[in-house]
Amino acid sequence: MRHRVSLAVWAVLLLAVASPLASQERERATVDLPFVAFTLPNGLRVIVHEDRSVPLVAVNIWYHVGSKDERPGRTGFAHLFEHVMFEGSANVPEGKFDELLEAAGGNNNGSTSVDRTNYWETVPSSALELALWLEADRMGWLLPAMTQEKLDGQREVVKNERRQSYENRPYGLAWERILAELYPSGHPYRHPTIGSMADLDAATLEDVKDFFRTYYAPNNASLAIAGDVDADSVRVLVERYFGEIPPGPPVPRVEAPPARLEATRHLVMEDRVQLPRLYMAWHTPAIFKEGDAELDVAGSILAGGKVSRLYRKLVYEEQLAQDVSAGQDSKLLGSTFYVVVTARPGVGLAQLEAAVRAELAAMATQGVEPRELERAKNKIETAYVDALQRVGGFGGKADRLNLYLFYAGDPGYVEEDLERYRRLTPSAVQEAVRRYLVDAPAVVLSVVPEGRQDLAAKEAS
Amino acid sequence: MTKLDRATRSAGSVSDRKRGLRVVAGAVCALVAVGASGCGAASREAAERAAPPAGGVARVDRTVPPQPGPPPEFRLPALQRLRLSNGLSVTIVEQHELPVVELRLVVRTGAAADDPQVAGRASLTADLLDEGTATRTALELADAIDFLGAELTTYAGWDASIVSMHVLTPRLEPALELMADVVLNPSFPEEEFERKKKERLTALLQEQDEPRALAAKAFAAAVYGPEHPFGTTVQGTRESVERLDRQAVVDFYRTYYRPNNAFLVAVGDVTPATLLPLLERAFGSWQPANVPPVRLPAPPPARPTAVYLVDKPGAAQSELRVGHVGVARDTPDYFPLVVLNTILGGSFTSRLNTKLREEKGYSYGAGSAFDLRRAAGPFLAGTAVFTDVTDSAVVIILDEIRRIREEPVPAAELERAKNYLALGFPGRFERTDGIAGQIIELELYGLDDAQVNRYVERIRAVTAEDVQRVARQYLDPDHMVIAIAGDRARIEERLRAAGIGPVQTVEVR
Repeated sequence: MRHRVSLAVWAVLLLAVASPLASQERERATVDLPFVAFTLPNGLRVIVHEDRSVPLVAVNIWYHVGSKDERPGRTGFAHLFEHVMFEGSANVPEGKFDELLEAAGGNNNGSTSVDRTNYWETVPSSALELALWLEADRMGWLLPAMTQEKLDGQREVVKNERRQSYENRPYGLAWERILAELYPSGHPYRHPTIGSMADLDAATLEDVKDFFRTYYAPNNASLAIAGDVDADSVRVLVERYFGEIPPGPPVPRVEAPPARLEATRHLVMEDRVQLPRLYMAWHTPAIFKEGDAELDVAGSILAGGKVSRLYRKLVYEEQLAQDVSAGQDSKLLGSTFYVVVTARPGVGLAQLEAAVRAELAAMATQGVEPRELERAKNKIETAYVDALQRVGGFGGKADRLNLYLFYAGDPGYVEEDLERYRRLTPSAVQEAVRRYLVDAPAVVLSVVPEGRQDLAAKEAS
Repeated sequence: MTKLDRATRSAGSVSDRKRGLRVVAGAVCALVAVGASGCGAASREAAERAAPPAGGVARVDRTVPPQPGPPPEFRLPALQRLRLSNGLSVTIVEQHELPVVELRLVVRTGAAADDPQVAGRASLTADLLDEGTATRTALELADAIDFLGAELTTYAGWDASIVSMHVLTPRLEPALELMADVVLNPSFPEEEFERKKKERLTALLQEQDEPRALAAKAFAAAVYGPEHPFGTTVQGTRESVERLDRQAVVDFYRTYYRPNNAFLVAVGDVTPATLLPLLERAFGSWQPANVPPVRLPAPPPARPTAVYLVDKPGAAQSELRVGHVGVARDTPDYFPLVVLNTILGGSFTSRLNTKLREEKGYSYGAGSAFDLRRAAGPFLAGTAVFTDVTDSAVVIILDEIRRIREEPVPAAELERAKNYLALGFPGRFERTDGIAGQIIELELYGLDDAQVNRYVERIRAVTAEDVQRVARQYLDPDHMVIAIAGDRARIEERLRAAGIGPVQTVEVR
């Protein structure tokens, strides 16, 4: 593909004649991510996208398993397993996975979310076969090389990750607390992906084997390859390396009724922090469902940039807050909308909660200005075009093809994804804010400096 | 936020495997792409041998890794250098695959010009550029930029103050007008100054909660002392920021923000023919003036290895920073140093990460970097380890630094590091921001274009002797600053017993 994006330009004069932008044309970018897709007899779904602009190729695999699939007493296991996947397989001695890729000029990584686990390699296009061989070997033959020592080693690394990214970080344990309150006992999203120390300690070699046999089969994975390649040659290589991996048994799927809160709950947590911080979280529609794009845009209108409503009011004008963020965290079984505000010294969180609620109520009753909606849409459009700059890595083109396949059932969903935002009207955003935020209960967590519970937000009396 | 960010954004719901390593690498690359912080390779032969091929009747021999073919041909994008009528130099790189443009206006002066008494001045000046101009308020600017779907950022590093604009090509013209307004006509309104100052003071207060920030500050202070700008941070301290007034910021702006002390880089879907007239209109009226040179004091002489401990009671981990004064960006030893660092701590399979994470399980990741600035920035190794192994981790870091000085790097390990750097090089040119970063580094430090154009052959030319020579020249395990933010009650005694050097407790401002 020479041009991955074409511009359909048409002129639309902006409304206000006095605007400095009045004479400017309104253009619209068409985001295009063409691909070829096929499925191997063992069930592995494969997506190939050609982009010859830089001599790189991205290999990206999604296994359709995440922390939502963990059994009780084994929180954190999907992520621990992801770590173990890098420790070698039947034909790849321990340590060689990274060594071979670095020696080829490549990079790699993996990540685990509540819904899925992904792995990627970005390599010079001449090293595509090496990357496929490595991924195929661990998809097909991880267990012959699995040992207690490998599990124990990565268990320690992951426990250090928990210490570094959660326990030793200010406010680092806030979400663990919120999730436990947001979801009922037994719900797949009730715990964070990192898991608890006790459950990490409890994981056994037998768990590794069971998990692999249940979830790490070609029929529970999708492979996206994007970059300086030609689709026909890729197909030959993929068949060569992945074709003989046997399919696994049908994969169990967790199901959960939509989570609901009966009433708003206020929680308080002390931490070693200087400033109190308010977290508000609501249950919202699942990814790509009606309401998802609306709330994404609501997040941008509330806290995206200096002129957004909450930033302008709390950080810029009244200077009650040091920072504010808001957004829709979209997930498969149901999403979470959050507003997080860090108070300035001496400011209580009850005051901030009231200010957030007042702004949400204003959006629900008076609606959204066309200009603020347009601003949000334009920012989203730029982000979608930018995302096409990169073939690999988290959020690169290969990763996005897999994301669309996994969440929308169609790797070609990108245009429809962007279209969802373009279609939005002020009243649709207004309605979503009313329905999912204003009229719905929330979990409200106050994280306060030690001994300063007086700064916490309280139950409405 | 949009769906694009889904993989990395969510509320603590994604864990990625290498974040631990990146924390260290990223911490030292805050300004422009600083040379040696890329990532290289190294390591240890695996103890196990390959198992026999599995999977029944093998149709393909899986026992031998497929050898990558010859590296694909890669042509570097051409640099087009031009000049505006007022002398402002412009470098353009055309990239027409996508309708995006990246513009960076780089002022050749940053926080290195701040006396420690007024540390934070350069960055506060940059922060205030988009808080009001002669004709637009802060909110009007933000609204206009957001409405274009553009991104404008203003910031200062040690050696430069940068205004960057990222926008879709069809909206370039109005975006450029806004960018130029911010660069040429900032009005530094008093109330915006007070607001940003208060925000900065609060941010500095918050850093007291961050073990990483505490370790980094204790390290800088111990290495460079109280007289040198590098002894504090670009953001300054609470005391130094308290001292700043609006006039300090206005003076910094008037002195250093001049076209003869700046350059512009444009990367993306533009051509000189279309862009130059726009730039002339936007920046042509900017007036040159004499700009005084920035002179830095010499860093204090290195002292014998010692431990500087910041007490963080109850901390789950200890944050470590180990190093000393390093080397300047224009060093003739750049390429051997890049290879050295790649092997020591600049890649996932580097010696430090392999030892501390994969072999010992002490850490989520470890790394090292030469922070290359106009004047010699620090060399530092860093990691976060669980509290009980703090002393052991320090000993391992010092041992690895000694080992790379004393023993020649084995051929396979050297080759892997060089390949990682050389073969991975085209990846830096995938995105407009990556390309802009490469060019800024060339222009800012007055480097020969060959540093980019001949990068691959210069990396390939590095020998094991070169690596050992620069290790001996630039690493000195007997004169290291070891800064630790951790739980003193649980680590101090063992640190003393380990015989690393004297241990003192320090306060971080």
